[in-house]
Amino acid sequence: MNKETVLNQTHREMGARMVPFGGWDMPVHYGSQIEEHHAVRRDAGMFDVCHMTVVDLRGERVRPFLAHLLANDVGKLKTPGKALYSCMLQQDGGVIDDLIVYFVADDWFRMVVNAATTDKDVTWMRQQAAAHEVAVEPRFDLGMVAIQGPHARPKVEALLPPDLREAAMALKPFSAAHAGDWFVGRTGYTGEDGFEVILPERETPVFWRALAAAGVRPCGLGARDTLRLEAGMNLYGTDMDEVQTPLTSGLAWTVAFEPAARDFIGRSALEKQQAAGSLSVFTGLVLSGKGVLRGHQRLFDGDRDVGEITSGGFSPSLERSIAMARVAADSGDELTVDIRGRQLPVRRVKMPFFRNGKACIDL
Amino acid sequence: MSNDVPTELKYTKSHEWVRVEDDGIVTVGITDHAQELLGDLVFVELPEVGAEFGAGTECAVVESVKAASDVYCPVAGEVLEANEVLADAPETINQDAYEAGWIFRLRISAPAELESLMDADSYAEHVESEDH
Repeated sequence: MNKETVLNQTHREMGARMVPFGGWDMPVHYGSQIEEHHAVRRDAGMFDVCHMTVVDLRGERVRPFLAHLLANDVGKLKTPGKALYSCMLQQDGGVIDDLIVYFVADDWFRMVVNAATTDKDVTWMRQQAAAHEVAVEPRFDLGMVAIQGPHARPKVEALLPPDLREAAMALKPFSAAHAGDWFVGRTGYTGEDGFEVILPERETPVFWRALAAAGVRPCGLGARDTLRLEAGMNLYGTDMDEVQTPLTSGLAWTVAFEPAARDFIGRSALEKQQAAGSLSVFTGLVLSGKGVLRGHQRLFDGDRDVGEITSGGFSPSLERSIAMARVAADSGDELTVDIRGRQLPVRRVKMPFFRNGKACIDL
Repeated sequence: MSNDVPTELKYTKSHEWVRVEDDGIVTVGITDHAQELLGDLVFVELPEVGAEFGAGTECAVVESVKAASDVYCPVAGEVLEANEVLADAPETINQDAYEAGWIFRLRISAPAELESLMDADSYAEHVESEDH
C-alpha cells in the first residue's frame, strides 16, 4: 500500500492521474504534463512535495555536528535564514542523500530531505548526532508545497500568514523566513523563481485550493522531472547514489574542501579519488535529431563505449531531447547514443539547459 | 477525454486498435486509453514500409515525455504505409487516437488471426479490469 500525502484526495478531485512513486501515491499530471511544464516556465505552477521530509536539528552543538555530517560547509551560512545545498556522504564518499539545510538559529537548523531516503537519513543522522547531543526530529506534522514560476511569488503573498508576508517578499534567493509553524524558502527544483512553503499539514489542503484559485496551476511529478532536468539539477537515486560520489556526479561544486581542517564524513575518500585522477565526467547532452534520450542508454566515442545516460527525456522548452550522462574523462564532444540498436549523434553541452525562462545552450 | 471505444474496431490486450479495410488490409493505432496512460507523446518510431512482422511482435515505439512504450503488431503481415504525419506531430495520437493518429497499414498474411482480437465490449472490460 503506497503512502498518501494530505493532498491525496484534493489531487483526485482536481483530476490528477495518480502513480506510485518511491512508495507514495502521487500525481504525475493533471491532464497535460507539457502544459504544466510551460505554466511554470511562463507563469506559476505548484507541486505537492509533502512526501519530502522536514528534519529539525536542535542542540547547542548543531553547527559542529553539521560541519562533520555534510560535504558542503555550513560555515558559509552566516546569517539566520540562509540555505545551503549539500550532499550527505558515507565514509567511502557514496551519496546517502542530497538535501537543503537552512540556518534558523544558533541552536536550530532545518533540513529538507528526499522522501524515499527519509528512514535511512534519519537513522544515519541520529548515529552521528549522539556524540554532539543534537536532537534529530523529522517533522511529519508539516506539509510542503513548492510554488514556482516567474509570477509565483506575488500569487503566494496574500495567502501567507499576515506576519510572514513582508519578510517572505523581501527574501533573497536561497534564503528563508518563518512565523510560527509556517516557513517560506525562496528555493526550488525547477530553475525558476519561487517559494517552497512548509506549513502545518492540516492547513495544507486549504492553502493548495487557495493557490489554485489565485491562478497557480497544479503540476505533477512529470513536469517536476522535465523542469529539473532542463535546470541541470540532479535527481537522487538516478544521477547519483551510494555508489557514485559527488565528484563523478557533477556535484564537485557542492563539496567544500576548504577550510582544510574541516573533517567531514567522506573527505578522505574524496581526496583519494581526486588524487587517483581520470574520474568520470558528468555532462549534459543534446540529441541532434528526433528521438528521446533515456536513462541507461549507452554512449560511444567512435567505437569505444564511454559511459551511459543517467537521466534523459524530452525538453518541452527546447523541443528536443536532453540528458545528463556520466562519461570517460577523455571522451570527445561529439558522441553517439545507442537507442534500440540505432546509433544517433549527441553533443555534449554545459548544463544547465534552460533556466529563468531562457535557453542556456546553443541549439 | 472520452472513454468511448469505437464499436467498428478490433482491439488487443496491449491496447492497439485494428480497422479492417478492404482486400486484406488493416490500419493499426493505439487506443485512446493507451494515449491517456502515456501522456503527451513526443516521438513515434514508425515501422519501415515493406517490413514483415509476426502477430504480437514489436513493430513501433511511442514515446511520451514520461516513457517509451512498444507497439505490438496485432496480426501478422507486411507494412504497406506508415503515418508520416506522426514524425513531426506525434501529439496527433493524443488528439485523435482512432483517426488522424493511425500508425501504420498492414497487408495481413493470416486473416484468421483477426478472430482472436477483442471487440469493443471485451476491450472496455479489459481496460476496466486493468484499472482495478
